Amino acid sequence: MKESISTSRTITNTLHYVFCIGLSIIVLFPIYMGVMAGFKTNGQLFTDPVGLPNPFIGTNYLEILSGTSGAFWKSFRNSLFVSAFTILITLVVSVMAAFAIARIKFKAAKFLRTYFMLGLMFPLTVAMLPLYLQLRSLSLVDKYFGVILPQVAFQIPMTVLLLIGFFKGIPNDLEDACSIDGYGPVGFLLNMVIPLSTPILATTAIIILVASWNNFFLPLLVFNSDKLYTLPMGIMAYQGQYASQWNLVLAYLTIAMIPAIILFIAGQKYIVAGLTGGAIKG
Amino acid sequence: MIKKRKQTLLITILVAPAVILFTYLVVFPVFQAAFFSFFKWNGLGPLSQDKFRGLDNFVNLFQDPVFINAIRNNIIVVALSLVIEIPLALYVAFLINNKKFKGAVFFRTFFFLPYVLSEVITGLLWQFIYNPQYGFIKALYTAFAPESPVPAFLADPKTVLGAIMVALVWKYFGFHMSILIAGLQDIPEDVREAAKVDGASEMQTTWKIVIPMLKPTLFISVFFSIVGSLQVFDVVWAMSRGGPVNASETMVTYLYTYGMKRMNIGYGSAVAIVIFTFCLVFSIFYNKFTFDKEEK
Repeated sequence: MKESISTSRTITNTLHYVFCIGLSIIVLFPIYMGVMAGFKTNGQLFTDPVGLPNPFIGTNYLEILSGTSGAFWKSFRNSLFVSAFTILITLVVSVMAAFAIARIKFKAAKFLRTYFMLGLMFPLTVAMLPLYLQLRSLSLVDKYFGVILPQVAFQIPMTVLLLIGFFKGIPNDLEDACSIDGYGPVGFLLNMVIPLSTPILATTAIIILVASWNNFFLPLLVFNSDKLYTLPMGIMAYQGQYASQWNLVLAYLTIAMIPAIILFIAGQKYIVAGLTGGAIKG
Repeated sequence: MIKKRKQTLLITILVAPAVILFTYLVVFPVFQAAFFSFFKWNGLGPLSQDKFRGLDNFVNLFQDPVFINAIRNNIIVVALSLVIEIPLALYVAFLINNKKFKGAVFFRTFFFLPYVLSEVITGLLWQFIYNPQYGFIKALYTAFAPESPVPAFLADPKTVLGAIMVALVWKYFGFHMSILIAGLQDIPEDVREAAKVDGASEMQTTWKIVIPMLKPTLFISVFFSIVGSLQVFDVVWAMSRGGPVNASETMVTYLYTYGMKRMNIGYGSAVAIVIFTFCLVFSIFYNKFTFDKEEK
């Protein structure tokens, strides 16, 4: 009897592994195909889409990395620039607002919190057309900041709310200690709150980075000239240009995937916690 | 008094940048969309009285079979996400959250990986998979059905939405799995132990104890799935641009193609308001739920 239970356990356990391994293969297979296609000639890809490249061709990747075809590095730099400023401005502005709302007593604090909460219900898609007109009247169409500022604006609600939650948890004793040392609220913010918040600021920065790095909708709306294209726009443009040469397109895609994958492996703990935790708390 | 004034000044300085950016670029546009939806306007010149059209935009919108089909597509995406994505995520979350399950960390990493890739990369990667000349589909047909012609799933109005759905599940189920694992980890081990001591089978514990306790997390997952599905754009755009012949149009691709590209500010805004209404209904539902939770 006992033995049959344990055998059935082993069987279900094995089934679970089979299931998970199978699913892993399904999940990783498209990525594998993309990477390998980048090492093939278009002819090889045509005769054998799935197998390993025979022989391995490095020219596709080299062509893209050296800039012979497409403008990978330009798009890469644009993505970096847009993401860096989005993160920087969002964090500075949100820390300031969240600090005031969480740590200074004033009448409108509660209202402001609710006001930002409202923002969680406003999707970018709904704001698209008026936002475009707004940006046009600010002469921000086809400018980096035409993407950066709306990205910041749409990240503010979630970031402010997350930070309010964290700032409220900082013990009052610390604030008292700070004021004994002669610091006002600003001194408390700079010397105490910000250093204490490093982990949550890092997590938030990662959430914003992933969102900005992958953002396609706003650049599509705002950028007309390809010299401003961020990576997702650059990839789309490249695919449009080399539509029939899948080996080149996939080499480009693979290279564009690498930063996301490296970041993901390096900071996996923070990313998973940040993206899912942010979702749960947001 | 001076101190008070100084503090008001400080608060204003701290709060103003966030409030101004948020108001000007998020709140205003949403209300403007509601206003513009009553006009016929191309965004040039002043928005004068004679451009007012009442509810015409909405009437036209709901008479356009392309938009009706877009709504239908969105509802299909919502439904399939709920029927396929969430149960799959839940099942995997249960498997992986088991302490005795070795290698859980690896599987978790693999399953979450597509979520960090950009939507455009996902879309193009899957466009390649479905490519009848160079893609995986071709390899499948050469291996198993060399006689029959290779179907072009993305070029066939009957199959395009299903094909896109596969890519969406591929990209997002790992995200839901991670949310659900986080929820499962919040359920104390003793609860399960206690149920076991009381003679409950594993199945019973799962269905009667764990899943009810997981409800708040499940609800969040469902919420994200619904709101995300209602606004799906990037992956669809990268795979099919809403085509062929509008077969995979969603509300947002419709908004982009018929509102943004043609600068039909009024008409596009009407689309935006319909999307917003859909989301709002679900959000109210969601808020009601979270308030209920807080009361407990």
